[in-house]
Amino acid sequence: MFEPRIVCFFCKWCTYAGADLAGTSRKQYPPNGVVVRVNCTGRIDPQHVLWAFREGADGVLVGGCHPGDCHYEEGNYKTMRRVQFLKRMLEDMGVEPERLHLEWISAAEGEKLVHVMSDFVDEVKGLGPLELGLTEERVTAGKA
Amino acid sequence: MEERIGVFVCHCGTNIAGTVDVKRVAEELAGYPGVAHSTDYTYMCSDPGQNLVKEAIKEHDLTGVIVAACSPTLHEATFRRAGTAAGMNPYQVEISNIREQCSWVHQGDKEAATEKAIRTIKVMIEKARLDEALEPISVPMTPRALVVGGGIAGIQAALDIANSGHEVVLVEKDASIGGHMAQLSETFPTLDCSQCIMTPKMVEVAQHPRVKLMTYSEVDDVSGFVGNFKVKIRKKASYVNRDVCTGCGLCSEKCPAKAPSEFDEGLAERPVIYTPFPQAVPNKPVLDAEHCTYFLKDGKCGVCAKVCPLDCIDYEQKDEIVEEEVGAIVVATGYDLYPIENMGEYGGGKYPDVVTSLQFERMLSASGPTGGEVRRPSDNEVPKEVVFLTCCGSRDPESHLPYCSKVCCMYLTKHAMLYKHNAHEGQAYVFYMDVRTGGKGYEEFYTRAAEEDDVLYIRGKVSKIFEEDGKVMVWGVDTLSGKKIEIAADMAVLGLATVPNKAAGELANMLKLHQNEWGFLSEAHPKLRPVESLAPGFYIAGAAQGPKDIPESVAQASGAASKVASLFAETEYHREPIIACIDEDTCAGCKVCVSVCPYDAAEFDEKDKVARIKEAICEGCGACIAACPSGSASQKNLTDEQLYKMVSAALEV
Repeated sequence: MFEPRIVCFFCKWCTYAGADLAGTSRKQYPPNGVVVRVNCTGRIDPQHVLWAFREGADGVLVGGCHPGDCHYEEGNYKTMRRVQFLKRMLEDMGVEPERLHLEWISAAEGEKLVHVMSDFVDEVKGLGPLELGLTEERVTAGKA
Repeated sequence: MEERIGVFVCHCGTNIAGTVDVKRVAEELAGYPGVAHSTDYTYMCSDPGQNLVKEAIKEHDLTGVIVAACSPTLHEATFRRAGTAAGMNPYQVEISNIREQCSWVHQGDKEAATEKAIRTIKVMIEKARLDEALEPISVPMTPRALVVGGGIAGIQAALDIANSGHEVVLVEKDASIGGHMAQLSETFPTLDCSQCIMTPKMVEVAQHPRVKLMTYSEVDDVSGFVGNFKVKIRKKASYVNRDVCTGCGLCSEKCPAKAPSEFDEGLAERPVIYTPFPQAVPNKPVLDAEHCTYFLKDGKCGVCAKVCPLDCIDYEQKDEIVEEEVGAIVVATGYDLYPIENMGEYGGGKYPDVVTSLQFERMLSASGPTGGEVRRPSDNEVPKEVVFLTCCGSRDPESHLPYCSKVCCMYLTKHAMLYKHNAHEGQAYVFYMDVRTGGKGYEEFYTRAAEEDDVLYIRGKVSKIFEEDGKVMVWGVDTLSGKKIEIAADMAVLGLATVPNKAAGELANMLKLHQNEWGFLSEAHPKLRPVESLAPGFYIAGAAQGPKDIPESVAQASGAASKVASLFAETEYHREPIIACIDEDTCAGCKVCVSVCPYDAAEFDEKDKVARIKEAICEGCGACIAACPSGSASQKNLTDEQLYKMVSAALEV
């Protein structure tokens, strides 16, 4: 059974806190995602996402504050545009754009986090493992 | 130096250990690159647990610490303190969250939870390997506060801050302080007169040696940051030299022109050169140029200038900008009533005998236009039947506002009661959705109105109000009996919803304070930080934050003041150093960072042609770093290099 590997970039104010709430509420979801906490989704460089795919991620989930709720006023709007742009790039590169998913999850939405995480894991399962066809040489080169 | 990371895996009793194989986690991580020490313990946050960390730091000469436990929001500060006590830089102590985001959410799959815990910890190990020792950023503190709004909340906040030994600038947009509370007749549930408890406070704040009171003034601009705000305050032209004026009142007395009185909610007129009410503080007039004959008719009139014994009238006066430096700002801008014009179903303000709750307050007030007698505005008769309507605009998501305005149930009960004290033979009806009496002595007050003063409470909403044969026809329904109700009343009083003060919205935008959907200011945390704004240095008090009654406003104001006082207790303010920095050697001077920074913290040095980060202002959002095309911008202790390594660790097979 294919278990996708997923990197979750969560902003510390909303989605990370929403994930904490899912925990305190003991809601259950699949363990495929590992969280990288950032101050704001606006900190996420498109290269971080590409790097995740290159390093073997089958999916990348970005979680931030709802529009208008960004702790830093507008970081999430920047993310919204970057994710759109990245999805087009991924498509050009032959990667299904659905492997990158952006969702607004507030600190109060533990339940939503559970649904988003579960649905995304299912979706990536459906897409199957990401095959980038990188040679061993290329992988090592990137890590230097 | 080779990094030597210590990993401390917490069992949290069985909270973590019941799902995650903590022994295996600690053992596996002992072999991970950079890890010098790895162990587990039942409760890391307990005293023995913290001592374990402290001793290991010394014994193994650790350069970084990972505590794999609960969410960093709970114990990051705890372990950073423990690290500091053992001689480690606090910013090299990190938390890996394996409880809220691992053991608690993967309870059915121990194997998978254990593997995820390992990867989650590896992510933080990679971060800690590159964490630098950082010092909090210190900025000087100006121990002087600005309070915006001179209602009861602003007055209380100003007094408390001033009494704690700090200077305060209190800015009020109207000619007098006092706000809405000064308009009220009596206050629930004690029925003490509002003016009697309010005016001494108004005088106290105005005479306080540490309070600089600026009435008829507005905040035009705020720049800077916590501890170091620069504020521009516009003193509006009052056409009266208020520094010289003694408030003798001759000008108002002789002024031939009249305008509707704001203080009396349009129920009476005031002269064009006026003090808003007799107990106004300062008790000095302002001239309302919009209605003044001198201004409207090219210099004709000029009576006030002629009669003023001290030559205080200055028709040429202009707005004046005053600059003040403060360290903290309390926003207490208060509320307005939802416009009656929006209530088309109740006549939208076109029926004189359908009045707003504040108009009714003025009628009940001994100093009001009717001298405290309840009179119909249309014919000055004592009304025999008065209908009071709760939830006018509140709790009506389809047509108006969804939220509860909180105070209307109580003040309408007071209105009905006072009307009955005023007109013993009269009948008072209150249409209600629910009578909400959450407050000390409130339920008893409501019971008294219903039982002792025979106020008739009808559960249901009024669908329509219209005028017929000199009566105010009220159509409603009693939902308890299911009967349609028609009352041919003499007057109706609308308990209009509480909305944020009009001017407050512009101010909030200027100060970049978060507001909710309806324009009320958002607190930093709804339960635990109710008087702070998320923006450092800003505090909120009173109805600007949400509908609230007088005791709550006062309590919140005192709360905000105590926050300000504790901020001022230090001569310097310490900020988290997790901010942006720019490598000037590689910066191409493209200014992208300047354009994306929401705080104006990135500035361009025209001489050196590079961007620089103002450390005292940067909030550490990272927007400039993600946007920097040359990779010159970075975040302290969350560099791109760290992020790449963290991502790799998250995916390690």
